[in-house]
Amino acid sequence: MAPPKTIGPREVHAAIERLAAAIKARHEHTHDLLVLGIANGGIPLARRLCARAGIRRVGDLDISFHRDDIGRHPIPKEFTPTLLPGDVNGATVLLVDDVLFSGRTVKAALDELFDHGRPAKVELAVLVDRGSRKLPIVADFSGTTLSAREGEEVVVSLGDDPSQDQIVIRARGPRAERAAARR
Amino acid sequence: MTWTRRHLITVEELSLREIEQIHSTSAAFKKILGRNVKKVPALRGKTIVNLFLEPSTRTRLAFDMAAKRLSADVIAFDASSSSTQKGETLRDTAENIQALNADMIVIRHAAAGSPLYLSKILDIPVINAGDGSHEHPTQGLLDTFTMKEHLGSLKGRKVAILGDILFSRVARSNIHALTKMGAAVTLVGPSTLVPRGFTALGAEVSHDLKSALADADVVMLLRIQHERQGHRHFPSLGEYTSMFGLNKTRASWLNPHAIIMHPGPINRGVEIDSELADGERSVILEQVTNGIAVRMAVLYLCAGYQPENVIASTE
Repeated sequence: MAPPKTIGPREVHAAIERLAAAIKARHEHTHDLLVLGIANGGIPLARRLCARAGIRRVGDLDISFHRDDIGRHPIPKEFTPTLLPGDVNGATVLLVDDVLFSGRTVKAALDELFDHGRPAKVELAVLVDRGSRKLPIVADFSGTTLSAREGEEVVVSLGDDPSQDQIVIRARGPRAERAAARR
Repeated sequence: MTWTRRHLITVEELSLREIEQIHSTSAAFKKILGRNVKKVPALRGKTIVNLFLEPSTRTRLAFDMAAKRLSADVIAFDASSSSTQKGETLRDTAENIQALNADMIVIRHAAAGSPLYLSKILDIPVINAGDGSHEHPTQGLLDTFTMKEHLGSLKGRKVAILGDILFSRVARSNIHALTKMGAAVTLVGPSTLVPRGFTALGAEVSHDLKSALADADVVMLLRIQHERQGHRHFPSLGEYTSMFGLNKTRASWLNPHAIIMHPGPINRGVEIDSELADGERSVILEQVTNGIAVRMAVLYLCAGYQPENVIASTE
């Protein structure tokens, strides 16, 4: 089995910087933008991006009850409730997640979002696009692109201490393996 | 911690952590009930059968509403027009419901232990919606959820449960939930309806209404259950009301911050005066609203359970 591969803080920060610059380049008036981090992985990234790009309206999107795989994954003990910093109706929404893989999470996030209203436009920003999509979903902005194998998992850590930020690509544990087999 | 339970039969068997997980999941669902679109697709494609073999208004409506909010299909089983009238046994009825491809059964039955029995013979989750005088777990869970919303942690809090304890499944489920959560429970009422034996469940038994009320953060009233009483446990309803009914004078003995609860149905003027039931200390209708969120949580968790052995082998 291949040893885990780690991408360190310098490259992670450069990727976040690229994302923020690309978002700013496309959106002249970022104050119109509603940025929503997909719980849980997208939340710290959304906060970082907004701090970098000077965007004020940032919130969280909980997709727990929109997943289509109940009974296949353990139910989390705590929920991060959806928190919207503004009206979704007519807004331009930027969804943010740490890793884009099958696309199912983004699909669930769109379902949750549309329960709150009808946005004018929805875009997607991810830190890592690891390929292997199962749904017709493409990110508008991606920090970095990897080609991880099916049996590997990509774990992003963006903590309180930015010097510890990293992306790890490693073989899946037996439990994750089993969950993947049922997907 | 992962939810590993397929059935919800009693509060007695739940751990404190499981109770807390149900409460935190309920809080997440309560937020959804406040939105424009009050529905999530979590149980889309699942069919839930409400097998109510005893009358019910609140519980059946709340389970019905909860299942619909989770996008499940709900089938209400009407006992009066079913083959149970032709002598079909509970086992046969339940096995037929399972054979019809139901994914979950919610059962209310006059016989204590019937949900446990079904959980042993069926492969699908069984949720107890009240079995005889035994337990009414979702009621105990929603009552403690409501108390937590008003009081925060229940540790060290005092709860007085007043009325027909002997025949009350609501009281039993609440006693188990409250003692696990660290609250002190005092049971009050006539000695015929509040026997000493209840101290074995970890509750205090008192026949002194004034001191029990003066101490309480919560007073929970229970209905006198005529239908379960084989013989009279007190001379008359009027006498019960004059001795133990909650009226304005007695309510004045309560702590200023104390809340008044009742699982319903209320017999106005018997165990509680209308003025108090509709008063500002009463959280009776909040209990009903919370009942939907708690039942959504229970249906969701039991539908999404992870078998114990799978988790043990992979963690």
